Amino acid sequence: MCLAIPGKIIELISDQHQVGVVEVAGVRRKVQLGLLADDLPKTGDWVLIHVGFAMSKISEVDAAEQMQLLSMLGEAEQAMEEVRGYGQEDGVSLREPDFRN
Amino acid sequence: MRYVDEFRDPELITRASEEIRRLAESERHYRIMEVCGGHTHAIYRFGLKDLLPSNVELIHGPGCPVCVLPMGRIDDGLAIARESNRIFAAFGDMMRVPGARGSPFEHKARGTDVRIVYSPADALQLARKNPEKEVIFFAIGFETTSPSTALTLMSAQAEGVRNFSVFCNHVTIVPAIRAILDSPDMRLDGFIGPGHVSTVIGCRPYEWIAKSEGKPVVTSGFEPLDLLQSIIMLLQQLKAGEARVENQYKRVVPWEGNRAALRAMAEVFELRPYFEWRGLGFISQSALRIREKYAAWDAERRYDVPETRVADPKSAQCGEVLKGVLKPAQCKLFGKECTPEHPIGALMVSSEGSCAAYYNYEYRKSLVTSITAVA
Repeated sequence: MCLAIPGKIIELISDQHQVGVVEVAGVRRKVQLGLLADDLPKTGDWVLIHVGFAMSKISEVDAAEQMQLLSMLGEAEQAMEEVRGYGQEDGVSLREPDFRN
Repeated sequence: MRYVDEFRDPELITRASEEIRRLAESERHYRIMEVCGGHTHAIYRFGLKDLLPSNVELIHGPGCPVCVLPMGRIDDGLAIARESNRIFAAFGDMMRVPGARGSPFEHKARGTDVRIVYSPADALQLARKNPEKEVIFFAIGFETTSPSTALTLMSAQAEGVRNFSVFCNHVTIVPAIRAILDSPDMRLDGFIGPGHVSTVIGCRPYEWIAKSEGKPVVTSGFEPLDLLQSIIMLLQQLKAGEARVENQYKRVVPWEGNRAALRAMAEVFELRPYFEWRGLGFISQSALRIREKYAAWDAERRYDVPETRVADPKSAQCGEVLKGVLKPAQCKLFGKECTPEHPIGALMVSSEGSCAAYYNYEYRKSLVTSITAVA
């Protein structure tokens, strides 16, 4: 929940309210863009995502840095699990989480 | 062009460490609190303590939302979700967090419909897809997650999704800092301000700490060099006898914060008169509740909440550790009764809690060293 995940905007979905498709390390998922309403990102922009909502626009270098940081903190796997979990309409099945990172 | 590896360049890190040694006056002892649990995790992971002189001490703050959530709130959220037509939806981080009557994971085994969601928007989607069920989203977090809950509630209202509600546990970081500063056994020289919370609230909310309390605040990034630079900036201010709010994490944190996020929060939430924090007790105006306008989506208004209160075990010294009076390993239960696998106290519950971070990085390391020594 506290992870800030960097993603690249691949597509803006016009018929939905402020939703875009982002790509994070090859995985594409829909994220909410409503919290960037004052300065909506364009295709190709990089954003930091918290709990499925893009929270700030960042540079490509900062995005790469954030991804490396997650992996150095042992959180990259958890971040990807979170990204893969976005849009799971029935919730995600429970398994014993690993609390040791 | 700035390169990613710049933040871990050993030469730059050595230079930063030397600068800290140069700035720290030998006759002074500096106590600096990093407020955010993410910083605590990074500090342990990167072993930054080893790069600081012994008179520059880092105190780990209350910025781990899972850790500070009172146990009774978990029991309350699960109690209202027990009916057969209800779904309890929460982030994965919550699943193993114990309430007095078990964790969400254990309640699932006893028959409650418990689902992990990674976003409040997905909890709302769960409600849209299951119109015959009532979905209760267990909302938790500081200002990094509360705007997302707010936007989700605005969507629920706009679409009239009636089978969705939020059990709101959102807390705000600034009153917790105030409570720590007010505590009589606390002496701090400055603060490393949170990184991602500040992308939402900006730097202004910390100004009173500098102006009224005379303590410098530097909002910081999470890289080793970010944290060392922030400590340098704090020591420079302390040396000059100044107290200002500075932003080391300018590449991500705007001074004014994220206005759209703040608007969404103001639309949906208001401050509770008081809220209980594990380890810190009741703190006035430190948490958010849902405004009357969104009452139909407020689980606390919709359902009978038992208002369970569970006292922290007396033997656990979480409050002292949270306030930096004790180090994690100085607590009587640390590493014995209380471990990340079987947390008794708040700070062992999440990897961002200072006890869990200390256990995972320092304590395990020292166990390995002592085992190797014996062998």
